[in-house]
Amino acid sequence: MAPSAPVLSRLVFAILLAGGGLAAAGTVESPPAPPSVAGEKSGPLTGGTADHSKFDALKGPFADNAAVTKACATCHTEAETHVKKTIHWTWDYLNPSTGQHLGKENLINNFCTNAKDNEGMCAECHIGNGVEKGEYDFKKQTSVDCLVCHDSTSTYYRLPPTRGHEACGVLFEGRQPYDLANVAQRVGLPGRENCGACHYNGGGGDGVKHGDLDSSLNRPPKTLDVHMAVDGANFACTECHLTDKHVIAGSRYDMVAKDLVGQGKPGERRAVATCESCHGVAPHPKPSLIGYQLDAHAERVACQTCHIPKIARGGVATMTDWDWSTAGRMIDGKGYFEENYKQGDGEARHTYWSIKGNFTWGENLTPTYKWFNGRMIYTTPDGKLDTDRLPVPINAVQGEADDANARIWPFKEMHTRVPYDAGNKTLVYNHLWGADDTAFWGNFDLAKSIAAGMKIENRPFSGEIGFLPTVSNWPITHMVAPKEDAVPCAECHARQSRLATLAGIYMPGFSRFGWLDFLGFAALALTVLGVIVHGGLRMAMRKDPDGGAK
Amino acid sequence: MSEMSLGAPLAPTGGKRTVMIYSRYERFWHWSQAALIFALAISGFGVHGSLPLLGFRLAVQVHSYAAVALIVLWIFTTFWHFTTGQWRQYLPKLSSLPAVIRFYAWGILTGAPHPYSKTLKRKQNALQSLAYLSFMVLIGPALWSSGVVYLAYPLWAGWAMAAIGLPAVALIHTAAAFLMVTFVIIHIYMTTTGKTVAHYVTTMITGYDSIEVSPAQAAYLEQEEPGLLKP
Repeated sequence: MAPSAPVLSRLVFAILLAGGGLAAAGTVESPPAPPSVAGEKSGPLTGGTADHSKFDALKGPFADNAAVTKACATCHTEAETHVKKTIHWTWDYLNPSTGQHLGKENLINNFCTNAKDNEGMCAECHIGNGVEKGEYDFKKQTSVDCLVCHDSTSTYYRLPPTRGHEACGVLFEGRQPYDLANVAQRVGLPGRENCGACHYNGGGGDGVKHGDLDSSLNRPPKTLDVHMAVDGANFACTECHLTDKHVIAGSRYDMVAKDLVGQGKPGERRAVATCESCHGVAPHPKPSLIGYQLDAHAERVACQTCHIPKIARGGVATMTDWDWSTAGRMIDGKGYFEENYKQGDGEARHTYWSIKGNFTWGENLTPTYKWFNGRMIYTTPDGKLDTDRLPVPINAVQGEADDANARIWPFKEMHTRVPYDAGNKTLVYNHLWGADDTAFWGNFDLAKSIAAGMKIENRPFSGEIGFLPTVSNWPITHMVAPKEDAVPCAECHARQSRLATLAGIYMPGFSRFGWLDFLGFAALALTVLGVIVHGGLRMAMRKDPDGGAK
Repeated sequence: MSEMSLGAPLAPTGGKRTVMIYSRYERFWHWSQAALIFALAISGFGVHGSLPLLGFRLAVQVHSYAAVALIVLWIFTTFWHFTTGQWRQYLPKLSSLPAVIRFYAWGILTGAPHPYSKTLKRKQNALQSLAYLSFMVLIGPALWSSGVVYLAYPLWAGWAMAAIGLPAVALIHTAAAFLMVTFVIIHIYMTTTGKTVAHYVTTMITGYDSIEVSPAQAAYLEQEEPGLLKP
């Protein structure tokens, strides 16, 4: 029997040692250490091994947030570099599949329209420190605000970097002060409240923008969201939106509308936040007839379409309609508001506000369904508007039935009449926030505020302001209901179908060939008629009571 | 009067005898098939959206399981037809077809005798043979073949042709379903055209009918298959 490999190598090593020993006259050298393995992968962090209240660097007191960040960086040396490469910092995104330049710094939406030129307020949600003036340079070497994402005391908050006009500045006054040292010593991984501080409030208030993201998700019951339920899985956002060097998976700008990969190998898929990345591509219970059929649905129907039966169902309303054309009305020379909508949790919502116009709210809404292949084409500020086809889509959902990568997705549609340049047919930058005499929020003069916004951006402006019906489409993916609350089959597979407006798919119960049904039922009717006539004649012409031939 | 003969064997005579013409398996096949076809029609037109009695989900379940059951039944019955030679009952016999059609169109109204009388070798008249043959080789296969493909949609949902395949399969299946229901309506009506309204149905339940047998058949039945003769 030949000696095994380790035995052989040990033998060779011993001989070499012996030889070496002879050569070096008795000095023994240890073998060189192998280089460490680079690029090993680890699972997501849980537990933690550091108590931040024990770090000297975090004892404080801290003069400002930037001082806290400096302290953080004494250990987390690369965190700031990482964060500054992410869209959370840059607000700038080049979509690789469409080539469009997106991000809050570039786009105009149909809520408060433009963050740009309004950073003095909008940067309340930008994670940077050191904004002193209204204009904000994202390339400037300011520090990252670590606390807004990592605060676990629920006491920390951000204010608009500038105070704005007298009339609006008061909105943010009178909040409870917080103790920076206390917050710094109690940092943790982001919870739902941290992400929600900005993402619940998109569009200008709780639940306004998304319909599936609002403060009801801080402590949701299972019926509202099985994943985030405090009495259930209690997922933080980052349980699905995994991070890598502070880059967070699951961008709305470049979505995976149809995930054919599924789970991958354990722990392998980190850069996606699809349902399939946890649940796999065939998640329904089997062996079961319905299970197989439901798995097959996933070919054309997104998980969210069935598993999110309604949106805005946590007691917080979402805005469905906004009319900017009524903005600027005043009573006694001052702006005012009306609160004629009372949402599920009892809170009253604005139905008119001089700084914004008229609002319509909705709760427990059925989403709008569209074919979606993951691509959105945005109407960008530099593009010429096609006003022949209204409403103009702020983001046009791409995908058709004959596109194999498209699935039926739920969306919240937001309908807004936005101010636009009716002469040049472009969207406009509106200078809303500021202490100057052109900011709309305070001066209530659209002609001035739009002219100012366009001037800051160096855009041509005809001076002719119109109001343009627009629609924006917000993909729905949160507020996943328990499986027993999924949309029942007959909500779609019926003549009155949730998917009635979608073309290009044969859906039993809804679809039919009209001519075939006509011919078929006509044949049945004629047959029954024939039976009645024949049977009637037989009875009428019967000669003997025993019936026909014997 | 020969039905009344009891006790000591008499010389077998032909003529009308009450004979089991539908065996136990044939009756089991017929009635279970009837029940399944009704279940399939109700659930099927439910799935189609024309008859929303069960709700879509339950309709799909009933339709799928009943379809599988019917296919199994048909496999057994096809086997039975060929092993017993009963398949010959369905061979078309076109020569007497016009007479049968004339009877149902007119003779039945005026009390004319049926131009055809059942025998053991030929239980069906020409029109029946043709109708059942088309049921078994046209309507049935159109339904089960398109139905199996329809049911197996999860296996081919991802194929490129699925988008046109599904409506094509649904078209064939629905068209054949209309033909099936038309067949069933006529079939049920025709059962009322016997000696009495219930005569044919009773025959299909008990298996016995009074038919003309030859002396040789009578002798054979009395000696070898007395159970097939109703005492």
